[in-house]
Amino acid sequence: MVCNDSEHPAPPGPRVEDRLPESAERSLKIVVVGGFGAGKTTLVGSVSEIRPLTTEETMTRDSVGVDDLAGVGDKTETTVAMDFGRITIDRRLVLYLFGTPGQQRFWFLWNGILEGALGAVVLADSRRLADCFPSMDRLEEDGIPFVVAVNVFPDSPTHPPDELRAALDLPDHVPLVACDARLRASGRDVLLTLLRHLYDSATTAVSAPDPSEAP
Amino acid sequence: MTEPDGRDDPGEAAHPEAGRAATGRGTRNGRPVPLYVVTGGRSGTPGRRDPLVLDLVTLVVTRTSPVPPGMPPEAAALLRACRYPLSAAEISAHLALPFGVLTVLLADLEADGHVELRQTRDAERDAADTDIETLKALIDGLQRL
Ligand SMILES: Nc1nc2c(ncn2[C@@H]2O[C@H](COP(=O)(O)OP(=O)(O)O)[C@@H](O)[C@H]2O)c(=O)[nH]1
Ligand SMILES: [Mg+2]
Repeated sequence: MVCNDSEHPAPPGPRVEDRLPESAERSLKIVVVGGFGAGKTTLVGSVSEIRPLTTEETMTRDSVGVDDLAGVGDKTETTVAMDFGRITIDRRLVLYLFGTPGQQRFWFLWNGILEGALGAVVLADSRRLADCFPSMDRLEEDGIPFVVAVNVFPDSPTHPPDELRAALDLPDHVPLVACDARLRASGRDVLLTLLRHLYDSATTAVSAPDPSEAP
Repeated sequence: MTEPDGRDDPGEAAHPEAGRAATGRGTRNGRPVPLYVVTGGRSGTPGRRDPLVLDLVTLVVTRTSPVPPGMPPEAAALLRACRYPLSAAEISAHLALPFGVLTVLLADLEADGHVELRQTRDAERDAADTDIETLKALIDGLQRL
C-alpha cells in the first residue's frame, strides 16, 4: 500500500496507531442504551481502544412523524448524535459500541441504529430506574436481545436483584448485572455477559432435538 | 481489579410501582422508512447482487490510489482516510459528515469502483444473525482485553 502521509501532514482520518488491519472484514455492533446520565458515554469510553468519536444524523420532521415530535416543539429538523468506540477482536473482526443519546427521546428513530445490532446493553441507574424503560420497550419491540447493567453510583440504594428484576419487569432469561462504567474490566464484563447470553441462546437453538438423530 | 460494590446487590428501584407499561409503546408508527440501500449507485447496475444496506459499521476500503484528480474535496478526503479499513461511523466522525450525507457519497464511490464495502447488511433482515463461531471469537477477544 502506498502511503502519501508526508504530502498531507494532517489529513482527516484515524491516527496511524488507530488503523485497523487491512484484513478487517467483519464488523459488529452493540448498542448501549439508557437514560441521561446513566453512564453510557463512560462505558463506551472505558472499553474503547480509540478515543470515543461522535457520529450524527439529521432527522427531519417528515422522517420522525409529526405526532411523535409533538413534545419536542416546532423544530423541523433534529440532530441525533451517537458516541461510539471500537474494539479490534482479531485480524478479521471488529466490534463497535454505540452509546445512544439519553437526553433525546427519539434516538431510535435513527434508522439503522438497532437494525443489525448483535444486541444491547441497557444501563440502568437504580436511583432513576424508569429512565431506561422507553429504551427497553423499544428493544423488546424490535426483538433485540439485551442485558441490563445497573451502574453503581456512590449514593445508589442497595436492594436485592430480585426486587430490581421485578421493578424492571425483567424476564428470568435476561441477565442482570451490576457494573462500574468507569472501569474497563467492569465494562468488558458487561459486554461478555451479553455475548455469553447470545452464545447460550444460539447454542440452545442449535442443540434442539434433531429429527435426523431420532431412533 | 476491584469488583464494583454491590455486584450481587445492585440496588432498589426508585419507583418500583411505576411499571414499564405506563411509559407506553407504539412508537413504531413514527418509524422512518428510508434505508441506506446501496443499489449500485445512481446508474443502477443491472444484474448486481441483491441490494445491500450500508450500516454504521460497514467497513470502507479505498481501491483507487492515488486519489484521482478532479475528485470533490469530501470524496478525496474520504479516499485518503480509508487507505486502511474504516467504518462508516468513523468516516462520518473524522470528516464531520452527517451519516445520511456520507451514505450518498459512499454509494457513488462504490458504484465507480473507488471503494470496497465490507460487511453491508441484508436489506430484508432486521436482527443480526450471528454465527456461533463469530460469537466465540468475540468472547475470546474480549477475555483478552
Ligand atoms: N460513581 C460512578 N459514576 C459514574 C459511573 N458511570 C458514569 N459515572 C458518572 O456519571 C456521569 C454521567 O455519565 P455519562 O457517561 O456521561 O452518562 P450518559 O448520559 O449515559 O452518557 C459522569 O459524570 C460520569 O463520570 C459509575 O459507574 N460510577
Ligand atoms: Mg452520553
